[in-house]
Parts: sequence; structure tokens; C-alpha cells
Amino acid sequence: MSDAAVKTKAPSEPLFSKKNKKLVTDPLTDNNPVTIQVLGICSALAITVQVEQGVVMGGAVLFVLILGNLIISLMRNLIPSRIRIIVQLVVVAALVIIVNELLKAFLPDVSEKLSVFVGLIITNCIIMGRFEAFAMANKPWPSIMDAIGNGLGYAGLLILVAIFRELFGSGTLYGFQIFGNSLPGEETGLYTLGYVNNNMMILPPMALIIVGIIIWVQRSRNKSLIEQH
Amino acid sequence: MESTLDIFIKAIFSENMIFAYFLGMCSYLAVSKTVKTAVGLGAAVIFVLTVTVPVNYLLENYLLKAGALSWIDESYADIDLSFLSFIMFIAVVASIVQLVEMIVEKFAPALYGALGIFLPLIAVNCSILGGALFMQDRQYSTILDATSFAFGSGIGWFIAIVAIAAIREKIRYSHVPGPLRGLGITFIITGLMGIAFMSFSGIKYGKDKPAEKTAVVKQTNK
Repeated sequence: MSDAAVKTKAPSEPLFSKKNKKLVTDPLTDNNPVTIQVLGICSALAITVQVEQGVVMGGAVLFVLILGNLIISLMRNLIPSRIRIIVQLVVVAALVIIVNELLKAFLPDVSEKLSVFVGLIITNCIIMGRFEAFAMANKPWPSIMDAIGNGLGYAGLLILVAIFRELFGSGTLYGFQIFGNSLPGEETGLYTLGYVNNNMMILPPMALIIVGIIIWVQRSRNKSLIEQH
Repeated sequence: MESTLDIFIKAIFSENMIFAYFLGMCSYLAVSKTVKTAVGLGAAVIFVLTVTVPVNYLLENYLLKAGALSWIDESYADIDLSFLSFIMFIAVVASIVQLVEMIVEKFAPALYGALGIFLPLIAVNCSILGGALFMQDRQYSTILDATSFAFGSGIGWFIAIVAIAAIREKIRYSHVPGPLRGLGITFIITGLMGIAFMSFSGIKYGKDKPAEKTAVVKQTNK
């Protein structure tokens, strides 16, 4: 784990030292929050039907995680350990309310599609998990780095799954038609040759299967990640 | 309108928390290694959902919704506190979980022994907050409907986690390709189970469809 390494940090360390860089880059690949740490799947997969929703959701989680890790890290010596879960929940809930109000104001369409899943960022295991494992024990700056790394790792996976599902499920990417117009009667591009969208990709279970395949590919490339029984 | 029983059946099968919305996946993946612990966590989820959703329903309808405060005085009728709902719901969930833990410890030590370690985990289980948020989103008309939705969702979650735990116990003896072992195969099995559960979406609920049709016919006749 990369968490324990940072506890004994010299105060004069430069802001972008190797350790801090590692905090950002590790969760992007070999310590990805979704595929390796198994956190934050709860609210993630239902919204990966379109890339746009994935981007917005990833951005929202990144925002909440950075500010939350910063706040918890600043307060870490003031929080009594018995009630820390409640304190953490209140911090996340306040941040998620801000995100929800911002989305409603500036992106009403996406906010409507995400419906309850914005609220579910509160119980997203990534956020509570990073608070518990990192921000409670580390200084603010490494905590922000850790938040950026994990937030980006999460957003990256969401977008990757969404690319597969949107491209093969509806033939579009971020709303742009890639394979031509699929409306019956006015087909263009690939659809004139008889290509049909795979409606299976839009169904919820395919998100799980795609993540399963991503895990498969990742672990066969890096044998050290393989689980023993 | 759907009847209370329809809402109950729908929450178990066609709108299953795990297979249709992926709620509570974290604990679902972490605690499904043996059937025994899965049963414990599933029972705790049923219990906490059935208690918290009605409380949140009352909170939503008498405190948070637009105009909900009008029972105090008419002049409060245009107050809308719904932006506070996230923080209120999670506070209710966290405190009720704490309360339930204390009550169960005092009056049913045997049950506490069985559920003990799972109860604190549940405060951060997405399915509990998800239940409250879906209740708010779908605006059930009575508290009975909201309760039956919560109970049904809990049972759906229970079925899902017990089923995957049983499959994982068996799959330990099969030859799974190395990189898929553990997490990967669990994801794919859950996906396949989700596809199987989608067959329940063909169930016809109550008098939904015929009522709609006659309404349309009446409108066109006018």
C-alpha cells in the first residue's frame, strides 16, 4: 500500500517530490480504486451508459474527494475517533449538496439523468475509504495529491466503461454519431451496410461484465495483481 | 396507481437494488465470501432499510418537501427545504444505525452477536441511502407504500448477496483463469445474474396497463 509510506515525511520536502507524484500516478494504474481496491462501484456503473454522464460524475467525485480530503486532513487532530464516521459523513454530505446545486443550475439535463446517483456520492466507498485510509493520517498537501490520483483513477475507469457502452450501444461518442445515422428509414454510414447497434450494451448488467473484462486484461498484463484463493 | 403489493414485488425482482442499480456493491463484493456472513449482512440490510425509509418518508413529507411545513402554519407554505435532504437523510441513517445497534445489543444479545460487526458498516452502505433517495424521487403516496418498497428492496438485496455468496463458495473449487480469480469472475457472474434477473421485468403489475389504455381511449373519444 502507498498509504503508510508518506507518514514519515520531512517537512522541507518539495511540493512535487517523487513520493507525491507517486500518490497521483499509482491509483491511475496499479492501485486503481475501482479495479484493484474495489471501492466506489456502488454509484458508478449505473451512469456509464453515456460518456457525458461519466465525465460529469467523475468530475463531481473528483471535486468532492479533493475538498473532502483537504478538510478532513486539516481537522484530523480535532476529530474524536469514536464519532469520526459521522463527522466524515457530514463533510461529504455538505460538499455533495454544493455539487448537486451546481449541477442543477448549470447542467440541468445531465442532473436529471443522474437523478439519485449524485446524492449517492455521499456513500461512495472511495470517498469514505480515502478519508479513513489517508486523510485521517496525513498532512493536507499529500492528501490533496492522493485525492487527485484516486479521483482521476475513478473518473478514467468510468469514462473507459462509458466509451465501450456508448460506442457499441448507441453508435455515438459524447453525443456525436460515429457510425452514421441509425434512425430507421434514414440510415447513413455503416448502417446502410446492415450494421445494428448492440442494445445489450445499454442494459445495466453489461457494465459489470465490461469492468470484469477490464480487470481481466489489467491483471493478465501485471501478474503480481493476481489474487490467490 | 400501483398497489402496495406491486411495489413490493417490483422492488424485489425487476428493480433489484444490486442487479438494476448496483447499490451497495462495495459490501456486496467484500462480504460475499461465505454464505453465513452474507446472510448476516443481508438480514441487517433488510432491517435497517425497513426502519430508515419510513422515518425519512415522514421527514421528507413533513419537513423538507416544498410546502411541507404548512402543517405548522399557512405562512410557511412556500418554504422549500429539499436541498437539505442529503444531509438530513444521511444523519437519520447514521443515527438510526447507532440506535439500532444499541437496542439490539441491550435486548437481543444473540442477534447482536450475529449482526454485530455488520451494523456499523451499514451506515455507509449505498443501498440504505439509495432507498431513501429513490423514495424521495418516486414520491410514494402513503407511508405504507414507502415501507413496502423498503422491505422489498431489502429482500432483493438479501437474495442477491446470498446467491452470489453461494456461487463464490462453489467456484472456489473450479479452475478459473488466474487474472479473473476473485474480483473479476465475481463481476462477470454478477453481470450474468443481472441478465437473468432482467427476465422479471416482463411481469405485469396490477391494473397499470389497461387503466392507461382506457384513459387514452376516453381522451381520443372527446
